[in-house]
Amino acid sequence: MMRKLCWLWLLLLLITGWNVQAQNIPPRPNPPRAVNDFAGVLLGNESDMLEQKLRAYNDSTSSQIVIVTMKTIGDYESSEVAIKILREWGIGTKGKNNGIVILAAIDDRKVRIETGYGMEGVIPDAIANRIIDEAIEPNFKKGQFYRGLDEATDKLIKAAAGEFRADPKKPGRSNNRNALFMGVFVIIIILLVMRNRGGGGGGGTTISRRGSGGWIGPIGGLGGFGGFGGGGSSGGWGGGDSDGGGFDFGGGDGGGGGASGNW
Amino acid sequence: MKKSTLVIVIIIAVVVILGGCGVSKYNKIVNLDESVKTSWGTVQSQYQRRTDLIPNLVATVKGAANFEKETLTQVIEARAKATSIQVRAEDLTPEKVQQFQAAQGQLSAALGRLLAVSESYPTLQANQNFKDLQAQIEGTENRIAVARKDFNDQARVYNSAIRTFPNNIIAGFGGFQQRPYFEAQPGAENAPKVQF
Repeated sequence: MMRKLCWLWLLLLLITGWNVQAQNIPPRPNPPRAVNDFAGVLLGNESDMLEQKLRAYNDSTSSQIVIVTMKTIGDYESSEVAIKILREWGIGTKGKNNGIVILAAIDDRKVRIETGYGMEGVIPDAIANRIIDEAIEPNFKKGQFYRGLDEATDKLIKAAAGEFRADPKKPGRSNNRNALFMGVFVIIIILLVMRNRGGGGGGGTTISRRGSGGWIGPIGGLGGFGGFGGGGSSGGWGGGDSDGGGFDFGGGDGGGGGASGNW
Repeated sequence: MKKSTLVIVIIIAVVVILGGCGVSKYNKIVNLDESVKTSWGTVQSQYQRRTDLIPNLVATVKGAANFEKETLTQVIEARAKATSIQVRAEDLTPEKVQQFQAAQGQLSAALGRLLAVSESYPTLQANQNFKDLQAQIEGTENRIAVARKDFNDQARVYNSAIRTFPNNIIAGFGGFQQRPYFEAQPGAENAPKVQF
């Protein structure tokens, strides 16, 4: 019994330890959202309107534009924080890396458009910089945050038009996060069964057959989990397909493209 | 008779098992080494990207304003020096990386000075072409920072892999060397201060 508790404790440490790593940036929102107004500058249904627009954009193109507002980012550069968010949340589709983060640090008056690898071609730094100059800065100066973000996303969408198409949806994949926890529990059960049966194969196979659909994803995720695999890429939640109609980050990556500005 | 065959079978089994382990460890080290090389390639191409932007920047600055000569000459010279030092992924030694970093660091400083001085030229600040180039250079500096961090991360994984047992034995046989890191240069991260 004590040993079982030890196991659970270790697992708990693993899971919480993973969260500690990501503490400098806001944690990945659950459920995933495109508009993350941590600073609370969007009023009324402004946040919902942006969210709808960005989700529709994600559905039709598979590209993801994510807005993050924070009160302050401390002494960090906006570019450092934005790339960390892009990578750790995994914004954009895996392989296409078509994610964009718009980060606004309200009290620092700093803004950043961070482009994933796949977006660097259609939104080069100079274009991102113009969007900040023309759409974000003048509106933010007047305190019109919604208007600034709305115009900026319109311009980004227009600039990236035609570059990416949505993939046909793969049915029958459960939510990634749930799949991860399912995987952890299945492993615990297998360990217990193996202990009781002295390594009995029978129990193991029936369980693994039942769970086979959502399995490979979570185990792949576990590899990068505690950093055993060595900096296993952030947001590596296995496959990264969203469940029917919902919005989910897809494990996109970026290399520091984009532009920064002040207002 | 029977005993000796058993001994031979055991020896063969041990050799096969150890050999199998060794091969898989060796392959793992090779893979890690390849990712270090790949990330070094990214570092170099981002620096190259910056180098490629400079002639355009210099031309724009010359065309749009009667810019002070000294700053421009420094940028051009630093660029020439930085271009002359290339480090192939195969010979990533600490000395070479340091040389590379020093040359590129001088170019960073010269560029920083140019961009700082340009603040006092209103004609330049109003020039869209210059603004675009400035954004591109800033973006490239940022990509360089990310690429360097990624390289250091990969090198750290590789270095710790070849130093742990039993990989260190295999690395010794295979001739795998430690890879150097990019060091943060004292003061290099700070933008140069300009007196007016």
